Amino acid sequence: MAEAARMQVSHEVAVQITKMNKWYGTFHVLRDIDLTVHRGERIVIAGPSGSGKSTLIRCINRLEEHQAGQIIVDGTELTGDLKNIDKVRSEVGMVFQHFNLFPHLTILENLTLAPMWVRKTPKREAEETAMYFLNKVKIPDQAQKYPGQLSGGQQQRVAIARSLCMKPRIMLFDEPTSALDPEMIKEVLDTMIELAEEGMTMLCVTHEMGFARQVANRVIFMDQGQIVEQNEPNEFFNNPQSDRTKLFLSQILGH
Amino acid sequence: MADTDAFFRTEMLPPKEPPLSQRGVWKWMHENMFSSIGSGALTVLGILFVLYVLASAFPWFAHSVWHADSLRQCRDIVHKTWGPGTDGACWAVIRANWNLYLYGFYPMEQIWRPNLAFLLLLVALSPILFSRLPRKMIWFSACYPALAYWLIWGGTLWISVTIMAGFAVGALVLRFLGRIAGTALGVGGAVLGAVLWWLFVAAPVATALADIVPLHLTFVPSDKLGGFLLSFITGMCGIGFSLPMGILLSLGRRSDMPIIKTSCVLFIEFVRGVPLITLLFTASFLLAYFLPPGTTFDLVLRVIIMVTLFSAAYIAEVIRGGLAAIPRGQFEAADALGLDYWKAQRLIVMPQALKISIPGIVGVFIGLFKDTTLVIIVGLLDPLMGISNAVRANVAWNGVYWEPYIFAATIFFIFCFGMSRYSMYLEGKLKTDHR
Repeated sequence: MAEAARMQVSHEVAVQITKMNKWYGTFHVLRDIDLTVHRGERIVIAGPSGSGKSTLIRCINRLEEHQAGQIIVDGTELTGDLKNIDKVRSEVGMVFQHFNLFPHLTILENLTLAPMWVRKTPKREAEETAMYFLNKVKIPDQAQKYPGQLSGGQQQRVAIARSLCMKPRIMLFDEPTSALDPEMIKEVLDTMIELAEEGMTMLCVTHEMGFARQVANRVIFMDQGQIVEQNEPNEFFNNPQSDRTKLFLSQILGH
Repeated sequence: MADTDAFFRTEMLPPKEPPLSQRGVWKWMHENMFSSIGSGALTVLGILFVLYVLASAFPWFAHSVWHADSLRQCRDIVHKTWGPGTDGACWAVIRANWNLYLYGFYPMEQIWRPNLAFLLLLVALSPILFSRLPRKMIWFSACYPALAYWLIWGGTLWISVTIMAGFAVGALVLRFLGRIAGTALGVGGAVLGAVLWWLFVAAPVATALADIVPLHLTFVPSDKLGGFLLSFITGMCGIGFSLPMGILLSLGRRSDMPIIKTSCVLFIEFVRGVPLITLLFTASFLLAYFLPPGTTFDLVLRVIIMVTLFSAAYIAEVIRGGLAAIPRGQFEAADALGLDYWKAQRLIVMPQALKISIPGIVGVFIGLFKDTTLVIIVGLLDPLMGISNAVRANVAWNGVYWEPYIFAATIFFIFCFGMSRYSMYLEGKLKTDHR
């Protein structure tokens, strides 16, 4: 199954990052990042905390601003132009570590809000789409509840469904399972695997190395704001080249 | 190593009720009133104090007189009924001056107008306060201020209509310009359009329309307004206008744009740093020096503006507190979904910030409503001092002291307590975290 999905990678470029640099004040968080993501690719970004991996994917939908270099998402370059930023954001879905569902809205309203207000989809159509994706993440019966009434795993699946309702062409995952209890990680990963098998372009910051082995077609290892190593998963895990990568892998796979 | 007794449970334990001494009224009394000798003694002392206060106030209330023409007559009745030397409350003063307390010196034959305005106020408020009512009623609420203005002050209806039309002009400009030139320019254009309309178009159009269809009520000047009518007008206007203004100020204070941010901070800090009485003084005396000679600017209107500005500054800070409590992730999620600034504020941020701020906002509103009695400072007849002084100026009621205050306090309490209860109802209704 995973092999079949891997074939779907096209030559079309989804995200093109060239010589991108970012500073927090004087602290150089991202240094000379070069990254090309093809449509249908599933990339897992790993690395120690503070290595800039979250910042990198947050630059792709401009939650963080980069100060030098170029980011082109789906043919649109990210600059200060607000129209371009909103365009990119509506094409790129994002799933956060802490879900960030809107607590004052029901699950259904969480899902229909952006399609109705950004895409101007009629309410009925937006609700049908929402129910379709809620079915897909296997919690259609929770539609009328509020986020606070759901478990962490359910909330994260709702968050994935919320992003999917905007019919994004690229999905970003920022440590989607890090805030979950161990017994809930699997249900979220299953949803993500299903999404990957449908050919969604995904960039995923995660520590779930099993997930990386199973669905990624490229693993990127970052440290100190730089891409240290990237390779296809088998090579990456079995035959790491850099010492930094070897150390990292021994630490996270050690027990 | 000690022996580890291997253990495994075959049945799970069912839940049981706590022991008898640990539930019900006995547990409550033990925990809250007699948990120690000291607290038991305080409980007894407290109960004795409450009984003492009630016992001393009770006869005065029990000896109430409702029908009398003067304070002297009141006292005669008390002495005759309950024996010489007794003391009693003379509520007849309220009864005799009822209209004065409610309406000030509003012309008697026109009293139906404020009454109707009050009834319509209830209708206009209900769709705002209770979301179950049909949403279309909001349109009536939106038109209500103009209608109430016409009912209370009189004159021609067309002034109200053309003033409301200014808002419609603004909305139209926003709709068309906003689509072409973006939200920021659209808002600027809308404000400009509305102001131009009010300055140059509204008055001639109103006059022309009044000539064609005269819808006219007797004009009642502001100095005839007084009592609770005045308190209600200033209080309701203050509440109605200061909330949106406070929201904008709080957003402005968090803005990235230095000019907007600085002006909001300056406004808020200045208004909060100055007593309300100073602002009212400015409104009534100083403005007259600055405005061009011959400008008539209604005193009540000036007071309303000042009260609104005053409470808007407080509301802004209360809401800023609510905004600060919203996790950054909410803003990020709204951004990541492609919502623009205004949509994110309106749909995601403000509903949550306002919900958190409800107790604070209602606190400001209650304070504002009670502060409306300060209009005495600029010579308007507030229900507490102004009207009571007017009542005491009458020889028949000279010397009456407690009754007017208790009456005014009761009315204020009813409305303030109502607001307080409503805020608790709203908090409960909007509670979605189910923790």
